[in-house]
Amino acid sequence: MKPEPVFEAPWHAQLFALTVHLNEAGHFAWPDWAERFGATLKRHGLTRTLNGGDDYFLAWLETLETLLTETGAAEAEALTDMRNAWETAYLNTPHGAPVTLD
Amino acid sequence: MPHDHHDHPHSLLPSDPALRVKALETILTQKGLVDPAALDEIIDTYENRIGPKNGAHVVARAWVDAEFRAALLADADPVLAEMGYYGRQGEHMVVVENTDEVHNMVVCTLCSCYPWPLLGIPPGWYKSDAYRARSVREPRKVLAEFGVALPAETAVRVWDSTAEVRYLVLPQRPSGTEDLDEAALMALVTRDSMIGTGLAVSP
Repeated sequence: MKPEPVFEAPWHAQLFALTVHLNEAGHFAWPDWAERFGATLKRHGLTRTLNGGDDYFLAWLETLETLLTETGAAEAEALTDMRNAWETAYLNTPHGAPVTLD
Repeated sequence: MPHDHHDHPHSLLPSDPALRVKALETILTQKGLVDPAALDEIIDTYENRIGPKNGAHVVARAWVDAEFRAALLADADPVLAEMGYYGRQGEHMVVVENTDEVHNMVVCTLCSCYPWPLLGIPPGWYKSDAYRARSVREPRKVLAEFGVALPAETAVRVWDSTAEVRYLVLPQRPSGTEDLDEAALMALVTRDSMIGTGLAVSP
């Protein structure tokens, strides 16, 4: 019996671990997380049916970004800048070389 | 677009959400809120060490040990803690037993609360809108789609998980397994049978 992959994409696993880690470090309580996440899923589900894969973790990501922005752990602008910095780093790094921020 | 070239002159660009996750991780690490090694450890644990075989272990033991089964059904938390299967989020575990009279099935209508320490990460369908909405409304139809046909006299009870309470279904022990030991029985306990969308496999 071959087990199914636990996470469909590496970023799902990374995001999951990040959230569990922050919860364990006491940055938020799990019931609070579940309530926020449930609200995001509900909002997304109103316009389309979620399949439990990518769209599920997209809702998860949106919830975590909003939560951390609200608590002040990460500023929205800094997140956007950092995202774009990583994009630039990928585009400027030759294939096969490790990608690092300048 | 340059990244559509066949010979990828630069590194393959991750998807937008993957970049956003990287950004979160970088910023939180820089602030000292996140330890990247701890993230790797969590991923490794869930990918390699936690999965439905934990739950199958609990079920198989409950089938062979009546005293264990009684304790598990009465108050699962101390029993599971003793086996090392306790929740990271401090949730309360409840084990519900399938009988000829009642078949139990678990859902989380809010999001996807799930007994991680016993079953690992939930499958995609458990997180889908379709399962979350329909298992409460038309559980028998959903069960039929999973290939589970129950006698008409068996009631279906659907348990809605929350952040505080998670459920594990104790499936019925298949007939003809009287001679099997705990290890052999474990192989009959599928993940779906512990969510209630399947039955234990007959040997």
